[in-house]
Amino acid sequence: MANQIAAFFRLQGDAAAVAGIEDHLRKYWDPRMRGQIIAHLRAGGEGLAPAAREAVARLDQGVQQTS
Amino acid sequence: MIAMALGSDIDLGTPPVSSDRMVDLTIDGRPVTAPEGASILRAAALAGIDIPKLCATDSLEPFGSCRLCLVEIEGQNGTPASCTTPVADGMAVATHSERLDRLRHGVMELYLSDHPGAGIKTAIGEAARRAGVTEVRYGEGGACHAEAKADASNPYFTFHSSACIVCSRCVRACDEVQGTLALTIAGRGFASHVSASQEETFLGSECVSCGACVQVCPTDALIEKSVIAAGAPERSVVTTCAYCGVGCAFEAQMKGDQLVRMTPWKHGKANHGHSCVKGRFAWGYANHRERMLKPMVREAITDAWREVGWDEAIAFAADRFRTIQQTYGRGSLGAITSSRCTNEETYLVQKLARAALHTNNVDTCARVCHSPTGYGLKAAFGTSAGTQDFDSVDHSDVILVIGANPTDAHPVFASRMKRRLRAGAKLIVIDPRGIDLVRMPHISATHHLALTPGTNVAVLNALAHVIVTEGLVDEAFVRDRCDLAAFQAWAAFIADPVNSPEAVETVCSVPAAELRAAARLYATGGAAAIYYGLGVTEHSQGTTTVMAIANLAMATGNLGRPGVGVNPLRGQNNVQGACDMGSFPHELSGYRHVSDEPTRRLFESLWGVALDPEPGLRIPNMIDAAIDGSFRGIYIQGEDILQSDPDTHVVAAGLAAMDCVIVQDLFLNETASYAHVFFPGSTFLEKDGTFTNAERRIQRVRKVMEPRNGLADWEITQRFSNALDYPMTYGHPREIMTEIAALTPTFAGVSYDKLEELGSIQWPCNADAPEGTPVMHIGHFARGAGEFMLTEYVPTEERTGVRFPLLLTTGRVLTQYNVGAQTRRTENSIWHKEDRLEIHPHDAEHRGIADGDWVKLASREGETSLRSLITERVAPGVIYTTFHHPSTQANVVTTEHSDWATNCPEYKVTAVQVTLSKGPTAWQTAAEAQNRLARRIVPVPAE
Repeated sequence: MANQIAAFFRLQGDAAAVAGIEDHLRKYWDPRMRGQIIAHLRAGGEGLAPAAREAVARLDQGVQQTS
Repeated sequence: MIAMALGSDIDLGTPPVSSDRMVDLTIDGRPVTAPEGASILRAAALAGIDIPKLCATDSLEPFGSCRLCLVEIEGQNGTPASCTTPVADGMAVATHSERLDRLRHGVMELYLSDHPGAGIKTAIGEAARRAGVTEVRYGEGGACHAEAKADASNPYFTFHSSACIVCSRCVRACDEVQGTLALTIAGRGFASHVSASQEETFLGSECVSCGACVQVCPTDALIEKSVIAAGAPERSVVTTCAYCGVGCAFEAQMKGDQLVRMTPWKHGKANHGHSCVKGRFAWGYANHRERMLKPMVREAITDAWREVGWDEAIAFAADRFRTIQQTYGRGSLGAITSSRCTNEETYLVQKLARAALHTNNVDTCARVCHSPTGYGLKAAFGTSAGTQDFDSVDHSDVILVIGANPTDAHPVFASRMKRRLRAGAKLIVIDPRGIDLVRMPHISATHHLALTPGTNVAVLNALAHVIVTEGLVDEAFVRDRCDLAAFQAWAAFIADPVNSPEAVETVCSVPAAELRAAARLYATGGAAAIYYGLGVTEHSQGTTTVMAIANLAMATGNLGRPGVGVNPLRGQNNVQGACDMGSFPHELSGYRHVSDEPTRRLFESLWGVALDPEPGLRIPNMIDAAIDGSFRGIYIQGEDILQSDPDTHVVAAGLAAMDCVIVQDLFLNETASYAHVFFPGSTFLEKDGTFTNAERRIQRVRKVMEPRNGLADWEITQRFSNALDYPMTYGHPREIMTEIAALTPTFAGVSYDKLEELGSIQWPCNADAPEGTPVMHIGHFARGAGEFMLTEYVPTEERTGVRFPLLLTTGRVLTQYNVGAQTRRTENSIWHKEDRLEIHPHDAEHRGIADGDWVKLASREGETSLRSLITERVAPGVIYTTFHHPSTQANVVTTEHSDWATNCPEYKVTAVQVTLSKGPTAWQTAAEAQNRLARRIVPVPAE
């Protein structure tokens, strides 16, 4: 689904797309779902589209900063 | 307004006219002023002068047939019918004279001599009394219609031809109000009679049982069987239908505590006195033998149910929930609110989740229907709702229907739409199937874009491409009302040749020329309105499609006035309301995100509890979390997720993995087979509250009888919350609405008192719009400037191939509703006894399938069997079925694919194969056996 979200934001340009994906994940995904995709990224993030990967990485940074 | 004396509504004889010019005349010597064009009959009625009439009624155009409403006009010869004679300046009308009385007496004698069985039900009895007819001069020996046969084929009403005076009210109602044109007058002279279709029975004819004919019949000719059985009702209470999102207002006509009939309320602002077969007749489920009336509990879902009292059931449920949370944490529980319950009940369930369970794990069935509408329209316009009222369609010049089947799913509004189309509005249908609207009596779609399922965005982008590249954009509207930078980015994107009809036609199977012509018509045909349904939202790009629709409307300036707009047709009666009430896991009431601190503080101060700023789980996420073990209990009010949600095997696995499933419903539905607690629910007849329909119209639901289960649904939730140690002390739903208004800016001006005063209110209702808002976004959008969104077409991941070469799409029929829990328990099943698989003759022949054969429907997710229906309504390569019957369980084949933004399932695109079969699959047989076991009940031992 993260890749589907990335596909929607694709045409907005790289920076806006990454910000849009991150914002969407924060607003609509329950923390445990965000945790699962962060764990997937930490495990290599296989299959994640580049923009989705970057957005999840930013989520991960946010988690690390607050923890 | 709440309780009415029966027959207290005055029938003004002919419909209202719209005119700015008033005419002065006298009637019976009294000065009267009426709009130019009004009939004398109506002008007199408005002045309190009741002219006798039989064939005239204010829901139908005048006909001048019965010759009872005759009047004399000074200076004119003869006795013209007042129903067909318009008022004129200086006219002097007499409604009574020796001559008129003699004529009326003679007319009534002739009616009664021909129809000695005409009865005393309504108008004819009154007309006879007023004409002073106590006996008929012609005796009883002459020819009459007394022996004419009755037609009792329809399950809900009987046609007694012997009582029919051939006034044509029923024929005209079928033509003008319903728009089915199923009735006619056959024969000539004395042999004239009402004929359904070509001398068929009512059941065998094209009649759709809307009841409009019964409603207008002035004799006992057309009469409800429930009235024949129970006798005439004694009192009437106005309430709101609990079926689709049209939200028809009805009079529940009662005899004591017994409901005798439901009749559409002429003052209902959503339905204007019309109804469909569901709302008018299909209320028998309330007393069905399978209705559950006692709470039940069990330790494990393999046990039989044990009937208990309310206190024990609620304590059992609360104890289970407390134990789960103590063991697994706050996020281990959740709730699902119901779009079939009232706003107040929905509000309470989400409040229970957030305040009593301390979790935002609350969702609603809009997740699987219109959640993309909420997301898409909020992004584009700033409000998660349709832009117009239903009356707006009367001003449309072009009507674009995409992914909706109004004649089946929203029949009363469809009648309204058909009337406008018969008056000349142009129609564009975008749908894989040839829905009824494409071609029916006096209606023919100018364009039917029979697209391949899953290509909505490609088609809408192609339409927008034409509008942009052919210079059809309403530049003034865009400049004044929209974000210009966003528009320019969108225009550049959409003008790319990849979005041209010529590039898209191979993807969507719609010829480029047809796409171009449809785009030109939408952009240049006058006021253009878009109506859409679940064929838009239930896709992996459902939200993108909603945005593409919004783009089209903004680009052509079709927003902010009557006749235009973007109009989602909501499936269930209170989908709009359930969404408004904060049922989504990320939003509090009024669509405000839980992370918004000022909003959260507002709720926290009133609720007295800290709220979680993080979004909760959506329904499919809850199921996934249950399977992985982190989600352990759920409170489900009035939904049957096992039947309605996609990928049945996964939903069943999720439910089976939970420690406590609480189902609150009228019946032991499919989900209840996996439940540990059953709270019997109440019907809409048994409680007070409000529903909000598809046009944002808030209407009262009024209790007409005591809850047979003992408690209204809001009372059950309140007692459950109290048992969970979060106090709720509401004495009446009006108090809940007061709290909603205090917390929700769009509802700030709503109260039960105002609803009584105005009849209904369309939100937003606040200081800026104290009486509500029929049409939104006039002058400016709720979000300020309209936002164009880039809507790239992304094909679904669900693909056909060698193993699954056909595309399945699902939908509804007129006579059944959603999962069929209510309508299957009524006589409506006579029209739809089972789900059938529609398949094109080419695909059927290729597989050796004959009409009515059992066929196996298989996808990557599962398989089920049902009988075939061979039809050209579907294109080759596309098949269709409904999901009304649990014995079929169509969702066993639908997939986990869903909308990117909202998780709304992709019900409308499933790659499948169809083969001949010998009957139900092993899964169906096993599921039936499991349900039998799961529904065992140990009765309460006698004390």
